[in-house]
Amino acid sequence: MTDLAANDPLPKPKRDIAPILLPLALAVLVIPLIGSTSSWLTLTAASLAMGMMIFIMASGLTLVFGLMDVLNFGHGAFIAVGAYVATLVLAPFAASIQADSLWMNLAVLAPAALLSMAVSGALGLVVERVLILPVYGQHLKQILMTTGGLIVAEQTLYALWGPQIIPMPLPASLRGSFILGDVAIAKYRVLAMLIGLAIFIAIQLVLNRSKVGLLIRAGVENREMVEALGYRIRRLFLGVFMTGSALAGLGGVMWALYREQVHASMSDDLTVLIFIVVIIGGLGSIGGCFIGAILVAMVANYGGFLVPKLALVSNILLMVAILMWRPRGLYAVTSR
Amino acid sequence: MMILSGDPPRSRVLTLVLVVIILALAATPFLFPGAKALNVAAKICVFAALVASYDLLLGYTGSVSFAHTMFYGIGSYAIAIALYGMGPNWAAVATGIVVGLPLAALLALAIGLFSLRVAAIFFAMITLAVASAFQVLASQLSWLTGGEDGRSFQLPELLRPGTVLIPKNLFGFEINGRILTFYLVFAVSALMILALLRVVNSPFGRVLQAIRENRFRAEALGFRTVFHLTYANCLAALVAASAGILNALWLRYAGPDTSLSFSIMLDILLMVVIGGMGTIYGAIIGATIFILAQNYLQSLMGVASNAAGEAGLPLLPGLLHPDRWLLWLGLLFIASVYFFPTGVVGRLRKAGSDESTGSSH
Repeated sequence: MTDLAANDPLPKPKRDIAPILLPLALAVLVIPLIGSTSSWLTLTAASLAMGMMIFIMASGLTLVFGLMDVLNFGHGAFIAVGAYVATLVLAPFAASIQADSLWMNLAVLAPAALLSMAVSGALGLVVERVLILPVYGQHLKQILMTTGGLIVAEQTLYALWGPQIIPMPLPASLRGSFILGDVAIAKYRVLAMLIGLAIFIAIQLVLNRSKVGLLIRAGVENREMVEALGYRIRRLFLGVFMTGSALAGLGGVMWALYREQVHASMSDDLTVLIFIVVIIGGLGSIGGCFIGAILVAMVANYGGFLVPKLALVSNILLMVAILMWRPRGLYAVTSR
Repeated sequence: MMILSGDPPRSRVLTLVLVVIILALAATPFLFPGAKALNVAAKICVFAALVASYDLLLGYTGSVSFAHTMFYGIGSYAIAIALYGMGPNWAAVATGIVVGLPLAALLALAIGLFSLRVAAIFFAMITLAVASAFQVLASQLSWLTGGEDGRSFQLPELLRPGTVLIPKNLFGFEINGRILTFYLVFAVSALMILALLRVVNSPFGRVLQAIRENRFRAEALGFRTVFHLTYANCLAALVAASAGILNALWLRYAGPDTSLSFSIMLDILLMVVIGGMGTIYGAIIGATIFILAQNYLQSLMGVASNAAGEAGLPLLPGLLHPDRWLLWLGLLFIASVYFFPTGVVGRLRKAGSDESTGSSH
């Protein structure tokens, strides 16, 4: 009986599909503007891949805010740390990365990604205990503390690895494209899309089909109530924070491979991007974050193709447009 | 009392420190010879005003803005582009002011109406996004802004170092255009700080503090909080843009590194926090401590880094390298938010009030 209550959507929540239609409509609308179907397909694939990577990085931030009302301005640091840690594994095994065998490549890539996630997750633990725990419930201080954390993390990366850009070549078997007729889709983008989709589905399953997910969702809705029922929401929050940090680390590795380079300033650029995504999606909403990430990526890709001059401010324009329509983001979390 | 808007420093030590700082700044051209001392003093003046305007936002309304350097940059660039394009005359200075200040205010109005309407937390994120977009825009529009190189320009005749106003044989000091510019910077900064002091002690300032303490209650009392917050945002932007104008006039240059970069934003945040949020006086203290440290301690770091390198210590040379200045700044920042949330001014005031209550018993 209790299982049923956990699984069933309670009094038939009204399905809000307008935001889901938004990226679809955008994709369809630009077809006549772009003209050629093959470039449209390539651009759409690029947007989806980029969107998935941004989603992986941003998902932790939005959940952490939703659950505990904590806004982590240092979230970008986990991204950069993840990318740098991956170089620790990838650089010594450069030979197996360049070998033209998918399995050999993956045998290096997978441990690198896992190590990045572990280190970012552990760093998340430290950040939560040291920087965020003392200032629970104080937005102003949270912003200041985590901003300070971002600077320290970034500068430590500079001190350890030096200020130069570190190249991070793609594994040999992930280079090049799948050619379907006259459409070329980069292999790595397909991989990024698959990983992103898998993570989205995993998050959705955990949130909607498990006890922990039920508690997290309940916590987002009403923290005090969950606490009153005897659950240690702090521990739950710590888990979410570490998972979010680990995902940011993974996103950092994927982004670095996508750009084929690592630099400590990537945390700054990406922080702005993921902020825009979580604002568009509605702070605290995973579904909104997913759609927001795809929208941002679409606007960046289509916009970059159609009006390159506009690419600089396209994200801001998108954010303005979305917030005009829905001032709290695509999916507003009701309790805030 | 009138000039301080009935809000004196309220601590004997603090008053003394402030008086020393202000006198030292005012007498810098005569007390400390050399270009570096004058540069440092001018920078302290500009930043004291800039940080005070940021304090209006952070300390009095409790909203964190990351776009303050954007307004500062707008002021800098407006005057730089005007003087660069129209040549070194007063009409260009006027044009820069007439274009720059309203532009900053309008942008602040737009951001405020847009993001303060919803939740305060949006404000921080949206200002960060807008500021970063502006920074990219400024470096891309190189035909207007000079891109990464920025714009160097000439000042009007009167303000140039070569213009001797009072020759040396009269008082023993030469008063030239450079010193006149310094006093211009000093006077305008002081005026702006006094004006801000007036603003925060007005009924309007009270409402801002009420919003900071509890926005919901302030709204329930019938205040239009969005109007007040947006108004404060515009005022802060105007002062920031004016500080930018002063800075550009002093440097005879405006570029991304001196007026727009994110590190300036962090400097401002640090100065507010060190000095003491919500005090205005904290801005003067914070700017003085910070800029003195930045100019004179950074060279010490280089010495320490070399020493550590020669001693063969691992890691330390990298951590102490002068370019890693921000690392220590970040640590200092976290520590001061955590341990001294009220800053130097708060500490001094508290020490002063403990003393007086102690003596009355």
